[in-house]
Amino acid sequence: MKNFIFKNIMFLDHCHFKCRPMPGLLLAVCLILPGFRHATAQEINVSQSINVLGDTKPVHVALEGFSPEVASVLRFDLYVQGFDFVPTASAQYLIEGSPGAAVAGTLSDNLAHRVILSRSYTGASFRRQAHAFADDIVQAVLNQKPIGLTKIAFKVQPQGIGPGEIYVSDYDGYNALSVTSDGAIVAKPAWMPGRLALYYTSYAPGNPDIYYHNLQTGQRRIIAAYSGLNTSAAVSPDGSRVAMVLSKSGSDNIWVCQADGSHLQRVTTGVEDSSPAWSPDGRWICFATKRSERRRLARVSADGGPVQYLSTAGTPNPTEPDWSPDGKWIAFTSQAGEFDICVMPSDGSAAPVVLVRGQNPSWSANSRTLVFNHRAPGSYRQVLSVLDVFTKQYKDCLRAPGSSSQAAWER
Amino acid sequence: MNTKFSAKLFVLPFTVALAAVLATTGCKKGITRITPLPGPPQPIVSDNGSVPPNGGQIPGGANPFGSGSGVGSQPIATSTNWDPADTIQDRSALAAYTVHFQFDSAVVQDSEQSNLSAVAQALNADPNVKLLIEGNCDERGTEEYNRALGERRALALRQALAGQGIDANRIRTISYGKDKPVDPAHNSAAWAKNRRGDFVLCHPKSGV
Repeated sequence: MKNFIFKNIMFLDHCHFKCRPMPGLLLAVCLILPGFRHATAQEINVSQSINVLGDTKPVHVALEGFSPEVASVLRFDLYVQGFDFVPTASAQYLIEGSPGAAVAGTLSDNLAHRVILSRSYTGASFRRQAHAFADDIVQAVLNQKPIGLTKIAFKVQPQGIGPGEIYVSDYDGYNALSVTSDGAIVAKPAWMPGRLALYYTSYAPGNPDIYYHNLQTGQRRIIAAYSGLNTSAAVSPDGSRVAMVLSKSGSDNIWVCQADGSHLQRVTTGVEDSSPAWSPDGRWICFATKRSERRRLARVSADGGPVQYLSTAGTPNPTEPDWSPDGKWIAFTSQAGEFDICVMPSDGSAAPVVLVRGQNPSWSANSRTLVFNHRAPGSYRQVLSVLDVFTKQYKDCLRAPGSSSQAAWER
Repeated sequence: MNTKFSAKLFVLPFTVALAAVLATTGCKKGITRITPLPGPPQPIVSDNGSVPPNGGQIPGGANPFGSGSGVGSQPIATSTNWDPADTIQDRSALAAYTVHFQFDSAVVQDSEQSNLSAVAQALNADPNVKLLIEGNCDERGTEEYNRALGERRALALRQALAGQGIDANRIRTISYGKDKPVDPAHNSAAWAKNRRGDFVLCHPKSGV
């Protein structure tokens, strides 16, 4: 029931043109164009190898005939999902805008001179129409889960440090809205999967405590306010449980409770545990810890038990792990002086790959695009950026005033 | 009536399939499918039901969550059953005894023992007084790592004071991570000053 409400409000547009109206159409495409579907399947197989990280060649496309506003949305969305822009003569795909009051256009195979899809959009805003068109293009060429209409939550500190507020915006930083207005230190927003709701840390009560905040009703309540530290909330993929860092036992440990804060259980017993992240099957919690005087990533059963250490060879001081929704990857922050965004296979089968300078990685639903933050050039303030881990292409989000960090991608 | 309806149902899939074929394989100008998008997405509302102003601006005006009533409405039991907010906080009394830490360490150095003894003395002098220890970090770690490290520093100081005979239940800890530097500069001198534990004396409010 909860899922139902959310989907109708947030993803109504998807449902309109993807799921609900014409199952017959999707079937027809599959039956009539087996060759096309086959090519898409090959793309996906390639992505299962560690070699794709940072080394994948972008898909070359040409963009023609769109207004500057629509073109900028398409360029952003496609660039951070593995496309790059070239002159028409050397493009594999051609994306042409059609004249008219709303966003409309075609995607063509530029070698076979064949139209792959032809769409127009009505309603909402030009930005949302353009995001929807980009989603359709990405879906048709790479068969990836759409991210164009998703949101991120993050913290903004007007002075760079100290008090700030939690914000929610489109994933490219547009249409930002403040969720809090306490003027207190805040930290680490986390989405309740499938709902317009967040967990986050706020010092508003005089202590770092964890709130649950329903963004549709505006109601919020504290779900963890134990003595000492309450922070780094991470919600299990099914939305039933929350992992967090508490110090109530006298040391920093990972604890898990039900979504409403009840049934609190301690799952680690070390002394330096931080940054819990769930595996997509909800069985494991990956976290940052210390062993033999070295900072390590480790995982533990969500019900507690022995800790297994992950190999992160070549990437010192790993923190802030985030498990990709498809289960294949763990992104994290490494610190060797500066911060680096790194990605490794979640099964430890290969060494991590260092991608770009930055910290606080959070996966999108497509399991290849991350949001993270990095220092603005010539400044100590942080800006949000979106990274395609396969091509290493990234673009900065629209900047909010001050320093933006700790983005969490709705998924 | 019924026949008409069935005929429509029968024809529809073929029409749709034909449209799909034309749209995906057809010649240069195929049939364009129209995707309707709903109006503006569900607004994000704060506690008073209002929609915050747009554009990444920090809203002014009233606190949408009220003045504390909503925030504290569902208290959860804590293991230390006193709240620093219910006391009169004296930041200056023990300001001279701030303890400093090595880089990325929560180990209390021997050289800091005299500061700890002074703090213990203040607590022993007045059994009604309590203590809030604020753990802080330099700016070099990640945000959540530093929040955890600041807490470890405060907890290490609490432990050390307990070792000097102070009841640990008189002590609460709070970590500010790297959010509360005493020196905002970006150099090693500032970092050394910012890696610290501050002591705040908490006096009972009169009549309590």
